[in-house]
Amino acid sequence: MPEFAGWGRTAPSVGAPVAPTAAEVPDLVRATGRRGLIARGLGRSYGDPAQNAGGGVLLPLPTEIGPVAADGTVRVSAGTSLHDLIAALLPQGRFVPVTPGTRYVTVGGAIACDVHGKSHHVTGSFGDHVRSLDLVLADGSTRTVGPDTDADLFWATVGGMGLTGVVLSAVVDTIPVETAYAEVTTQRLANLDEVMRAMREGDADFTYSVAWIDTLARGASLGRSVLSRGEHAARDVIGAREPLVPPGPPRLTVPITPPVNLVSGPAVRAFNEAWFRKAPRHRVGEIQSLSAFFHPLDGIGGWNRAYGPHGFVQYQFVVPDDQGEALVRILEQIAEARLPSFLAVLKRFGPGNDSPLSFPMAGWTLAYDVPAHPALAPLLDSLDEQVVAAGGRVYLAKDSRLSAAMLPAMYPRLDEFRAVRERVDPRRTFQSDLSRRLDL
Amino acid sequence: MINALGQPQTLLLLGGTSDIALAIARDWARRGALHVTLAARPGPRRDAAVTELTGLGLTVDAVDFEAHATDTHAALIASVASTRDIDVAVVAFGLLGDEERAWQDHDLAVELATVNYVAPVSVGVCLAEQVKRQGHGVIVALSSVAGERVRRSNFVYGSTKAGMDGFYLGLGEALRGTGGRVLVVRPGFVRTKMTEGRDAAPLSVDAEDVAAAVTKAVANGDDLIWVPGAMRGVMSGLRHVPRALFRKLPI
Repeated sequence: MPEFAGWGRTAPSVGAPVAPTAAEVPDLVRATGRRGLIARGLGRSYGDPAQNAGGGVLLPLPTEIGPVAADGTVRVSAGTSLHDLIAALLPQGRFVPVTPGTRYVTVGGAIACDVHGKSHHVTGSFGDHVRSLDLVLADGSTRTVGPDTDADLFWATVGGMGLTGVVLSAVVDTIPVETAYAEVTTQRLANLDEVMRAMREGDADFTYSVAWIDTLARGASLGRSVLSRGEHAARDVIGAREPLVPPGPPRLTVPITPPVNLVSGPAVRAFNEAWFRKAPRHRVGEIQSLSAFFHPLDGIGGWNRAYGPHGFVQYQFVVPDDQGEALVRILEQIAEARLPSFLAVLKRFGPGNDSPLSFPMAGWTLAYDVPAHPALAPLLDSLDEQVVAAGGRVYLAKDSRLSAAMLPAMYPRLDEFRAVRERVDPRRTFQSDLSRRLDL
Repeated sequence: MINALGQPQTLLLLGGTSDIALAIARDWARRGALHVTLAARPGPRRDAAVTELTGLGLTVDAVDFEAHATDTHAALIASVASTRDIDVAVVAFGLLGDEERAWQDHDLAVELATVNYVAPVSVGVCLAEQVKRQGHGVIVALSSVAGERVRRSNFVYGSTKAGMDGFYLGLGEALRGTGGRVLVVRPGFVRTKMTEGRDAAPLSVDAEDVAAAVTKAVANGDDLIWVPGAMRGVMSGLRHVPRALFRKLPI
């Protein structure tokens, strides 16, 4: 049986893969044994939500993309990647309303993790754009749920990490675009105060906004950032470019896992320094392809392998809007720890949604990548406590090391999620390594 | 589950009152929550261990374990695994015995062979079945450098460890691809209650050193370690010393 791991490649386990058609899923679910079943997409969650040690791992259902309806919605199979969906939509002058930092995620995974992107402060998260979904429950029955049809089950499925059932397909919104380009405004900001002020004052003017922070900068430069904001580019600003060209495959790949971690201190410091210095102080109206703007790392296939055999961890947390002080303190500790981390990502979220396990809440989110090492545990455990004290939480799609005891404080509506799960899956047909680790 | 930073949720200590087993629990306890099952003979030593680990903030269960009673091992492992997966199991029980008596006292020789070899094989088979079913889990076998090149001065003990070591190395190979793993640990002289009153050999270590090496190796995914690490080179040299010369070495 093959080994499954998350994008961080940290805690692999062995499960039995199954690759059914949508029609075969109900029988498969009914036949699930004691170790349970979990649906897996493209394995871009960093930790262990899409693996199931000793149990079944349901591989992505075949790609199916329906026509764009008059109201702008499209029906897609859960196994469809956002890459394929975007490639199908762009030539029709449509785009997805929410995309995370990679298009190599499936629609099912985007729902289960309720993913967000640079537009969260305007559009909310992926689940806010799902009109309905077809879900196979533990008893093998298929139910269509949506914000108005069994809303409890729908919102428990959005952000529910695959633990309410198997999503077969979903009807999701699309948005009109004139081109496959973004018009981008870039600002270099000397410290955390400046970038937070710029986001507070200016994010409302942009649909897309995110800042890359150099987590190795300290003192007066703590939180120095490059803030990148933009809009879909109109046809009249892109010049002679072909307007609706779909995204291509990765141009480079990391073909093998090197025997050692290549993400080491000096190289990272030099990279972060160069990257900050080359950024323009203030540039307006740059035209970037949507791929370069939304998915810069998708240009390098398998970049996660660069961290070597022990992999890496991403720590992404959010603290409420009025807890900027907590963000500053946490960033100080991250900077003091001097761990080799390429640029971390800072974003100011808009309000969250009705999902009990959805990550976003109005406030500040920071995502920080570091090589996995046991010595990291005390720092991250201490950050967990500070995040909880500030009323925040960590993102389960990125998590690979949180302890179960922290979960109720981070997700105060956990009991609502558990109640729905008790109703639709009392025998725990749907399980994952994450559900075991966090006693979900 | 063992998390991305090598911290398990559950730990089964077979020979749960041994100094090294308890040191391993303490080492992990410093880093987070842990559910420990102490499998040992009932008695004041086990009670004291439960009290101590509970005091460290761990949740602790005690179950009766008798190494000789190999026919009870399968049921014991199954019952421990019935509520939670076994993330890490440590095979930590063993007997040293009086070396000179051991090869001349039939009962003692059989006792050493049973506790140090037969019983580890018995629990090893049961644990392997469990981690295979789970698709994950690490079996830690506390071997000894005494088994790496068996010497005249403690050859009964050494031979049992040689057998046990070989069994667990082979078990690790057999489990490849199942998600389950085996870590064989070869400490040198460890200052514990088992070795109390004996002269410490060079490169001797404490139970805490062994524990730190074990938790690190589990996080690393290692399958064989020496404690201290320098022991590896020493033993590699000793393995190649001709018998005529080996006989004369003061070890």
